[in-house]
Amino acid sequence: MNNGTEMNNASDMHKGTEMNNIALDSTVETKSASFMNTHKSPRQLKRERADKRFHWYGFTAIAMALAFLVFFFIDIIGQALPAFDKTEVQVTINYTQAATKNYNKAVDKSVRRIVSRAWLRSIPQYLQAHPEMIGSSHVEWVPADSRVDQFIKEHDGHGLKSKYQRTVKKMQQENRVRSVFNTTLFTRGDSKLPEYAGIWAAAVGSVFTLLITMLVAVPIGVMTAIYLEEFAADNRFTRLIEVNINNLAAIPSILYGLLGLAIFISFFGVPRSSALAGGLTLALMTLPVIIITTRASLRAVPESIREAAYGLGASNLQTAWHHVLPLAMPGILTGSIIGLAQAMGETAPLIIVGMMAYIPDAPTSILDATTVLPAQVYTWSTESLRGYSERTAAGILVLLTVLLSLNALAVKLRNRAQQTW
Amino acid sequence: MNSDTTTHNETKISIRDLKLWYGDFEALHGIDLDILSGKVTAFIGPSGCGKSTFLRTMNRMNDRIPSCRVEGQILLEGQDIYAPEVDVVQLRTHVGMVFQKPNPFPKSIYENIAYAPRIHGLVSDGPDMDELVETSLKKASIWNEVKDKLQQSGTALSGGQQQRLCIARTIAVKPDVILMDEPCSALDPIATAKIEELMDELKQEFTIVIVTHNMQQAARVSDYTAYFYLGDLIEYADTHTIFTAPKHQKTEDYITGRFG
Repeated sequence: MNNGTEMNNASDMHKGTEMNNIALDSTVETKSASFMNTHKSPRQLKRERADKRFHWYGFTAIAMALAFLVFFFIDIIGQALPAFDKTEVQVTINYTQAATKNYNKAVDKSVRRIVSRAWLRSIPQYLQAHPEMIGSSHVEWVPADSRVDQFIKEHDGHGLKSKYQRTVKKMQQENRVRSVFNTTLFTRGDSKLPEYAGIWAAAVGSVFTLLITMLVAVPIGVMTAIYLEEFAADNRFTRLIEVNINNLAAIPSILYGLLGLAIFISFFGVPRSSALAGGLTLALMTLPVIIITTRASLRAVPESIREAAYGLGASNLQTAWHHVLPLAMPGILTGSIIGLAQAMGETAPLIIVGMMAYIPDAPTSILDATTVLPAQVYTWSTESLRGYSERTAAGILVLLTVLLSLNALAVKLRNRAQQTW
Repeated sequence: MNSDTTTHNETKISIRDLKLWYGDFEALHGIDLDILSGKVTAFIGPSGCGKSTFLRTMNRMNDRIPSCRVEGQILLEGQDIYAPEVDVVQLRTHVGMVFQKPNPFPKSIYENIAYAPRIHGLVSDGPDMDELVETSLKKASIWNEVKDKLQQSGTALSGGQQQRLCIARTIAVKPDVILMDEPCSALDPIATAKIEELMDELKQEFTIVIVTHNMQQAARVSDYTAYFYLGDLIEYADTHTIFTAPKHQKTEDYITGRFG
């Protein structure tokens, strides 16, 4: 009889503490005489029901999270895919003398609003570079106006006037309309005309900004963590620093923008909107994350390794450098990559340092005015033309791809360096 | 403490009135003890009696504990190791240590041995280092088991092999004294027997101080035994005397298993 109760208790324990509490809460009943399942006591039935309920809670939670994720991805991809195609139309271009002054003269009036105005504008420049073309006339495939593009993609709100709709339909019948891969999206910066807007300038800006963040935050963060963990005495002062670093990791990121504005732009005179200003600001934000994860991975290195090194007469620095740091490296890399990924997706502090800007050209130095991918996505999302909304989704998709690759890299590094000691 | 039995032997380490505090707690109350050269000295006593703490004062491993404070003298061949001008790094090359849990570096077996001689500049890499690695592993009687896999990780060995690797690593720096803090408590009886056998050989060359919970082990391997209780050295004599005719009632109670 005693034996039976013990077995029941033991199986209770396996169900986790919560289940245990539920079983303990119920009123005392006479102990079951046997632990065989021939007859289930009410207590056992209740326990089993609770167990099953708990399983379902967990399952439902995961299923819901997955459903949201799938919905999100389908929605984003569905919206983004059209942006990877662009419409081109075949028109006759007259490279006349007049076109060098007035680009509108280069094409016939009937198709003037059908071809891209951004492309038309580039004709005088093109003729200046190729004067031999003046006087000739060619049939060429040229980018269509965004309205035409949206009309061809059958999107609502394309905004193409009905007389042009008729022209486009006629051109379609003559096979003078085609859809090609949208290289413009990846090779150009922002534009006031959606068919010429791309993410290239923002991507370069993101790379510049992130490089600065990395070069500043990773060495300082890792060194700080090593010092605090391996060298600094454990006293009131270092504990104060530790508490404050933990607090810094939790403050709203927009405050870092204000800090960056006050310190880097106002005090040090770093150019506004530059990758340098943005990168330094993001470095401030990333530092606590890197310090905390680095300290955690240093602490995870077993004390016995340090003892072994000290016991052999290694100095503090040798112990840290030769033994502790290599073992902590995967953790440090993971932490740094996750910190940088976070910085890459950050927008709030960058608004304050002026990176939410219209940047048509990719920056060539860290002092040029720059925007970053998430800021570009935001800028497009506020535009009213239909062509921008699919570019917004495409921008999100590119950003997500980069972030997921960074996180995958972090996971891979962590798994590869799983050590035994 | 009948140090009269030790008269004809050379003293390696002599400890005079050693007191140690962890913060306000006095863990050792004035220990006087002479450790003899080329002998195995065992420290026994119940848990928390201060024997491990005492062992660690001899190569200043307890320096790493911020709240730890030491008073008194430890003279290694006449020189006070707590004197301000002592270089702890140099001291630890003279007094090596083997720990309770085998703790090889997660590097190759070769690297485990070569690391300390390299950082101390004892031997340069190349044939000299190869030779040192080989002799160290041979002295720790693990050479035959690992000679074909020197580039494999030291952590891939069995527990007993790891511990002998740690001993080899310690003797590679050619210390005078080897401190062993319960070196067999994490090992099975066969591995333990091998380490005990090894200690017998090593004492030809090194002075060994061992902390052990296992009284049979103390009786088997040591020449001298010290019994500690609550931070006091109760009795110190040659092992035979301690185990057959202890002078103190407390020692007798402990070794006969009536207490502890």
